[in-house]
Amino acid sequence: MTRRMQWIYAWLLLTPAMVMLFAFTHFPAITTIVNSFFSTPRGRRPARFVGLRNYEELIADPTFWKVLVNNLWYATATIPASIGISLLMAIWVNDKLKGRSLVRMSFFAPTVLPLIAVANIWLFFYTPGFGLIDQIRMGIFGLPENSWLGQQETVLICMMVVTIWKEAGFFMIFYLAALQAIPPSYKEAADIEGASRWVFFWKITWPLLMPTTLFVSINAIINSFRLVDHIFTMTGGGPDNASSLLLFYIYEVAFKFWQTSYAATLTVVMLAILSIIAIGQFFFMDRRVHYR
Amino acid sequence: MSDFSLPNPEPAARPRQIDFDRILNTFAAWTLAILWALPLLYAIWTAFHPAAYEANFELFAPLTLENFAKAWTAAPFAQYFLNTIVLVTIILIAQFVLCTLAAYAFARFEFPGSDILFTLVLLQLLVMPDILIVENYKTIRNLGLVDTIVAIGLPYMASGFGIFLLRQTFKTIPRELDEAARVEGAGPLLVLWKVYVPLAIPTYLAYGLVSVSHHWNNFLWPLIITNSVETRPVTVGLSVFAAVDGGVEWSVINAATLMTSGPLLIAFLLFQRQFVQSFMRAGIK
Repeated sequence: MTRRMQWIYAWLLLTPAMVMLFAFTHFPAITTIVNSFFSTPRGRRPARFVGLRNYEELIADPTFWKVLVNNLWYATATIPASIGISLLMAIWVNDKLKGRSLVRMSFFAPTVLPLIAVANIWLFFYTPGFGLIDQIRMGIFGLPENSWLGQQETVLICMMVVTIWKEAGFFMIFYLAALQAIPPSYKEAADIEGASRWVFFWKITWPLLMPTTLFVSINAIINSFRLVDHIFTMTGGGPDNASSLLLFYIYEVAFKFWQTSYAATLTVVMLAILSIIAIGQFFFMDRRVHYR
Repeated sequence: MSDFSLPNPEPAARPRQIDFDRILNTFAAWTLAILWALPLLYAIWTAFHPAAYEANFELFAPLTLENFAKAWTAAPFAQYFLNTIVLVTIILIAQFVLCTLAAYAFARFEFPGSDILFTLVLLQLLVMPDILIVENYKTIRNLGLVDTIVAIGLPYMASGFGIFLLRQTFKTIPRELDEAARVEGAGPLLVLWKVYVPLAIPTYLAYGLVSVSHHWNNFLWPLIITNSVETRPVTVGLSVFAAVDGGVEWSVINAATLMTSGPLLIAFLLFQRQFVQSFMRAGIK
């Protein structure tokens, strides 16, 4: 095949996928940015250029700041927790444990459930007075009933618990794969040297797992901004936006209030956050991960 | 198990200490496993018992399927299931075709712009269609496809993840096989079909499992783009059903919840090993 033919063939093979990819990822990402500088078209009134007005509105919008801070807290709490738990799970499941397959099944099962179904299950736990948590509190400790999802102080924590429960088993899989790739001779050598399990973990296992930890972290960060399904069922973002996250707010602004330009502006913030993660990943990759 | 083939790494001199360590670990692992299983077990408990036993655990409480029957008749779940099955099938077929062609081009052809285009493909791993709901809704509206099943699938059909995964697999296939087929006069598409696709079947299986479970569970985009019974997938149907205030008992909602996740959960129990390996394979490369 001639070079020219190769090119044509390759481009023809790529065209269908690239057209779809551009149509639903790259093109909308660009129009999002463009639309954030325009007003929302209403009825006969077309969109007109408003410069930075949407961004001024954004900075002055207390709900935006609240939602952003919520999302950052949500990310900072759920990511290390689910990573820590998933690593622990993986180490246990990798061990010669009694009933290992049952344990593994229990850890992984939440991953298979739709987040919306998970939210339904947990909603019942949190129901004031009637839910399981309150039944235990009231029945055993004689405490008054508590509206876990109805209070600003507790609602976000409740959402975090759900997320960790859902995600840890998923991340466990990646750690499990990485653990199985560590040659057993390392462990044997460490045993001959008389190294304790603890030392072995921190000096050998943990550094070797660094690429996995990075991969899982990136996934966890993206998920903390991308997955908001449970909010719909559990709280609707309330009370007073205390459990709302950025993407949920974008949904509300766009499809409840129909302020599409302002929603585009919010999406630009989301894109900026994801870009920061990408850049961070790029530098972090170079520094920490190339261990061997 | 394979206890005999593995070298015993523990020094024989301190068996008591090691045993203690093992017991502690097993105990902790089991505690966490039970804690982790509780929510699901609890949902199963309420779904299979009359409403009176929602928070009343008696070992011999009467079992019933009535909650499932109630949920099934209270909302058009049959239609929702059909919609979801159609949806995941359409997406899977489209993804296989589009990603295979694109991955083949990236893996085995040299052409100007390949690096830039591949970077653009990888970009989708970060900027997923899930967050571009506003603009994608406009696109679908302009195409006149709002409230169709195809519209739910469209943004996901060209999957950057799928292209990446298949490209990596295709690159591991020896070029000699490829050349041998070409000598016999096969064109590039025939080579793809006869050589590459059959050798990549494990990757297709892994990717298929991940894709099906992902789109079975997807919620936000289908919620936005559908507004009738004829198009709603089970996830959206479930949220509509559970959102009807009052009247619906917890046990019935839990039955509906289990029903919607049931097929995946059962598939997972049956093919646990394959599931776990698929997710591993899909994530690691």
